Amino acid sequence: MKALLVRDLRLAIRAGGGFGLGLAFFLIVTVLVPFGVGPQSALLSTIAPGILWLGALLACLLSLDRILALDWEDGTLDLLACAPLPMEAAVSVKALAHWLTTGLPLVIAAPLFALLLNLPSAGYAPLVLSLLLGTPALSVIGTFGAALTVGIKRGGLLLSLLVLPLYVPTLIYGAEAARRGAAGLDTSTPLIMLAGITFGVIALLPFASAAVLRVNIR
Amino acid sequence: MQLAVDTLSVARGGIAVLEGLSFRVEAGKALILRGPNGIGKTTLLRSIAGLQPPLNGTIDAPEDSIAYAAHSDGIKHVLTVRENLEFWAEVFGTGDITSALHAFALEPLASRPAGALSAGQKRRLGLARLLVSARPIWVLDEPTVSLDVDAVAMFADAIGSHLSSGGIALIATHIDLGLDADILDVAPFKARAPLARDDAMEGFL
Repeated sequence: MKALLVRDLRLAIRAGGGFGLGLAFFLIVTVLVPFGVGPQSALLSTIAPGILWLGALLACLLSLDRILALDWEDGTLDLLACAPLPMEAAVSVKALAHWLTTGLPLVIAAPLFALLLNLPSAGYAPLVLSLLLGTPALSVIGTFGAALTVGIKRGGLLLSLLVLPLYVPTLIYGAEAARRGAAGLDTSTPLIMLAGITFGVIALLPFASAAVLRVNIR
Repeated sequence: MQLAVDTLSVARGGIAVLEGLSFRVEAGKALILRGPNGIGKTTLLRSIAGLQPPLNGTIDAPEDSIAYAAHSDGIKHVLTVRENLEFWAEVFGTGDITSALHAFALEPLASRPAGALSAGQKRRLGLARLLVSARPIWVLDEPTVSLDVDAVAMFADAIGSHLSSGGIALIATHIDLGLDADILDVAPFKARAPLARDDAMEGFL
């Protein structure tokens, strides 16, 4: 399992690996939104938590089709299916690698980008905490979507459509936690719901991903 | 140890391609599969490797004993030859790759990115993976594609030493590897009536 994680991280960081793609997209969103909505800082403060969450979610979505499609194309998935590693472990490791290369950089960069959107100072900690709790769910759900669409040429469109509704609960509770935090309100309820979603999908979805992957590699 | 296949039927895309196939390969033996293109050799080998369920019949082999090599070798282009092999060595828990590098004369290429290799060199890397897997049963689908004469000889040597150490090889190939192996022509086992997709999907859930 460690070998697979190390290999995935190495592949992501080397040339053409797509590391930084999500981060660049996130940066573009947060830089362009102030131009789009105009320079009223009060308005920006109000919408900042939602924009930051939406940007992080779309940045995650952008790299989902790389999780399994490349391994499918070059035959690695077939070989992994024969290997002593259970498929459930393989998809969990792939989701973890995706989170480490996409989700975690977004969490780390979020406070910086929040400056651009004039997020109220009370909102920083809840924003980072909600992203930290919520982005793993995005990677795990995304891996499930990638497993569903793995055999399909140019499956990226279908993948986005399948995954988007599954992302809605995470977005609602994540953005709500960040918004309540920015407004100085209690954030415990949305954060608990967000953690529930994340731990739930981490516990259950790898089994579903492995099952559909086994069907798809036939 | 042996690989035994009994009245096996396999399907591609829900349509039966081969049926009623039975054979048995003992330790130290190789079996070469022959048959025209599209007859279902790949489907058969994928079924034996456990990548797809058979329609009917049984495949009897010790658990976790099969190493499968097909047209695509699962090579990552941005990793070096050594990193590619080390990854599989770690996945299979074997660790040592020097003998595998040596068997396919990959030492001079070890630190080169796999993407910079020629088709034949990639193929050699793919076959070296069989050695690091340390699995006793090799299931090989057209292993000699894009190999030159020297590389085919290397490959035949690797198979020879695998068999002499008690391994089993099941190979779909059209060229003569100079192995002392039984040959099975699968053409007579071509499925007569295509099976309806519904039946094939029964084992789906």
